[in-house]
Amino acid sequence: MILDLQQFIKTERPRWEELESLLTRIEEDHDLRFNLEQTRRFHYLYDRAASDLLRISTFASSPEIVGYLEALVARAYGEIHETRDPRRRFLFWHWVSRELPLTFRRHLMAFWASVALTVLGALFGAGVLYVEPDTKATLLPFSHLMGKPSERVADEEESKGDYLQGKKAGFAGQLMTHNIRVSIFTLAMGMTYGVGTVVVLFYNGVILGAVSFDYIQDGQTRFLLGWLLPHGSVEIPSVIIAGQAGFVLAGALIGSRKRLSLLDRLAAVRGDLVTLIGGFSMLLVWAGLVEAFFSQYHEPVLPYGVKIGFGLLELVMLSAYLGFSGRSSPPKDPAP
Amino acid sequence: MMPGLSNRKTMQIQTPEGVIFSLTVAGIFSRFLAWTVDGAAIFAAASIISIATAFLAIISPDFANMLSVILFAIISVGYGIFTEWCWRGQSLGKRLLRLRVIDASGLKLQLSQIIIRNLLRPVDLLPICYLLGGLFLFWNQRGQRLGDLAANTVVVSIPSKKLLDVRQIQESKYNSFREYPHLEARLRQRVKPAEAAVALDAILRRDEISPEARIELFRDIAAHFRSLVPFEDKIDEMITDEQFVRNAVASIYRQASSGDAASRSAVLSEI
Repeated sequence: MILDLQQFIKTERPRWEELESLLTRIEEDHDLRFNLEQTRRFHYLYDRAASDLLRISTFASSPEIVGYLEALVARAYGEIHETRDPRRRFLFWHWVSRELPLTFRRHLMAFWASVALTVLGALFGAGVLYVEPDTKATLLPFSHLMGKPSERVADEEESKGDYLQGKKAGFAGQLMTHNIRVSIFTLAMGMTYGVGTVVVLFYNGVILGAVSFDYIQDGQTRFLLGWLLPHGSVEIPSVIIAGQAGFVLAGALIGSRKRLSLLDRLAAVRGDLVTLIGGFSMLLVWAGLVEAFFSQYHEPVLPYGVKIGFGLLELVMLSAYLGFSGRSSPPKDPAP
Repeated sequence: MMPGLSNRKTMQIQTPEGVIFSLTVAGIFSRFLAWTVDGAAIFAAASIISIATAFLAIISPDFANMLSVILFAIISVGYGIFTEWCWRGQSLGKRLLRLRVIDASGLKLQLSQIIIRNLLRPVDLLPICYLLGGLFLFWNQRGQRLGDLAANTVVVSIPSKKLLDVRQIQESKYNSFREYPHLEARLRQRVKPAEAAVALDAILRRDEISPEARIELFRDIAAHFRSLVPFEDKIDEMITDEQFVRNAVASIYRQASSGDAASRSAVLSEI
């Protein structure tokens, strides 16, 4: 049997166009909700288009019409058969106070793995510098870290933080964007089954360990803590959280939950990854501001005790937030 | 079959109602072009920002510098997320190239999927110029780069909205086949739907074919129809192979169930 194509198009075209206009409305307005009558009509038009596709594929395979109907049915199918969580209004406070810390705690193993790798890297960096001091130029390829720490401290204390005068905001912007990019890269490396994430975390640890050892060995521990802690107490955990996200992604790829398919495993962690990305990005904005506007001031402008105290306070608050926030409040979903 | 078309990847989705639809996976070249357009759009936006912040720098160079750095980062990372979310899986480049990001299961694209596919781009860029992502995309059955795999998304080509231009298969004023209704009936009976579809497709696409290939194609199709139904020589000799096929297609697709010839032609001329 060959379908009378012209008559078929003439009869069905108005319904296809009606379905298309409904789909366009849905797609243009994210908050659009149909009433019962409109929903019924939408479903009817979808059924009709699906049935037309079936007919035309069977009896008169015309590529144009088949392609047109397939695209139409595909669009309507996505709207009608979606059963995942309906779109919820994003409530920042709910996200900060519950969703982020809960997500963080849901993947604690990945976090501790990330911490362990950073510590291992730090020990390695310090160890290498201890055994082979000449490797400093290789381990720390940053010009401002090349010299003797005590000389830098003397320079910094003499300059009174003025060398960034009129540049602090720009410096903060650069720090924020750079650190967020590095963190996203660390997370993305999870797609290499976590190998890339391991490398990035370990390398960060190596630099941190080597710098710390260099300053401690030169008797500049107070300066080091005063310099690093104010921003580092937030920045370093943020990069570690990025590593945690990378390991969560790698875990989904490797298949720690064997009963689920790869796609289901990835789908299961996708929301958590987005939450963690939001979390470390937010923390890194803060760290960037602190590093540009606070960390660069040293004694005599700002006593090291104040800086170290501030850094420790941040660390305690961050730990308390990630460790306990959202525990006491009853589980309450935001209004849809 | 046109060369290259056969190599295009498609993905099929079966609905619970049992309807199967296939979507054409976007090719590497069209994705590259879309990416280039998006790159140009980001560059244009960055240029506008730098002009705007240059004015702001008159008041506060430091603040203008910070704003410029942050806005550029937001645009370069957020461009894809923002446009694909607002335009349902399309960025500017994808709109121009008629591509769309869709959920690999055919369901509604979610914001988390868009964020993940865009933020995992750095791993696709490795070691340089999308080499890893490009290789993965090339070998993957659904043309997914690593970011798409993690987000469970696929980039598909959107078919043209153009419906069949029925005027192209409208009967010419005089179809000599109509003088032989028994032969027309035999033609409708013997020609298989797939064969009719090929002939119809040839007519619809005839202007896209080179003159030599066009002559050869219609000669072959006409020969096949002649082998199915031997028309009388005088009909055959008066028309070209292409006209023969057009007449045959018009006869085949003309409403067969209706008895009245006048009403049939009314339908054809009306469309």
